[in-house]
Amino acid sequence: MIIKCPYCGPRDVIEFIYQGDATRTRPEPASDDRAAWNAYVYDRTNPSGSHSEYWLHSGGCRQHLLVTRDVSTHAISSVVFARDAAVSAKSGELA
Amino acid sequence: MAEPQSPLGANFVPGNHGNAAAGIGVTLRERKGLSVIQVTAWRDAIPAMLTAIGSATGLALQNKPGLGRVAGEKSVFGFAPGRYFVVSATPDLETRLRSVISPELGTIIDLTHGRTVIRVSGPRSEWVLSKLFAIDFSEHAFPIGSGRATLHHDIHANIQRIDDESFDLYVFRTFARSFWLTLGHAAEEVGYRVE
Ligand SMILES: [Zn+2]
Repeated sequence: MIIKCPYCGPRDVIEFIYQGDATRTRPEPASDDRAAWNAYVYDRTNPSGSHSEYWLHSGGCRQHLLVTRDVSTHAISSVVFARDAAVSAKSGELA
Repeated sequence: MAEPQSPLGANFVPGNHGNAAAGIGVTLRERKGLSVIQVTAWRDAIPAMLTAIGSATGLALQNKPGLGRVAGEKSVFGFAPGRYFVVSATPDLETRLRSVISPELGTIIDLTHGRTVIRVSGPRSEWVLSKLFAIDFSEHAFPIGSGRATLHHDIHANIQRIDDESFDLYVFRTFARSFWLTLGHAAEEVGYRVE
């Protein structure tokens, strides 16, 4: 599998570390809602098809990436810097 | 200041090696006496940082992924967003950078004693390096002056293209001798000269 890093260009998957499901929402750090924390840590929907996930380009620019990947075909439809995606989401540009 | 000792030691053997009878495919050198400085710009300060690097070195860069420039012993290249290697044989390079880079622009780390710089040049350099690094070394994908961060055998390294057939490899000093031996093995097939 090849991931096209927005900075480094196409690189083999060996340069990346998988960092999990990007659809989770972390509870507020002060939250004592155990069900919310349990869901954040353990509950996964395990969908087939398109999946939103974080990868770290540890063997290249060392940036965190937000990758949209079809988990049954490994086809990647989008790769952006996770930081940019988070900033856009915060400013309401993304749902 | 103490003279840095080369980590290549007894494994640096000048002369021709491998299949040299058929010609010299690559020449390997260790670039010594360099200052290797990593400069990192805060997110909003990248254009100002590039201007500062330009004023300290004379090598101004555009803010685009992996861009770099080379002028003689001096070189600058990006390898991650806002991160640059600034390299020169000038011992006061760090001082010069510090005089133009305020803490508001970013940070400066002297890597001089942490990296070994190996220059690989010659008509088969792209071929030999392709055995060690899983990136495209062709000139259209890796233009002159530009930089890369990648891996050899899961170990981080930085690479800058110097000209159509030369590359500088920045490897961790503590892995430099083992990397040097591996590089020699990779070059045996094409014949190589150590200078
Ligand atoms: Zn990258």
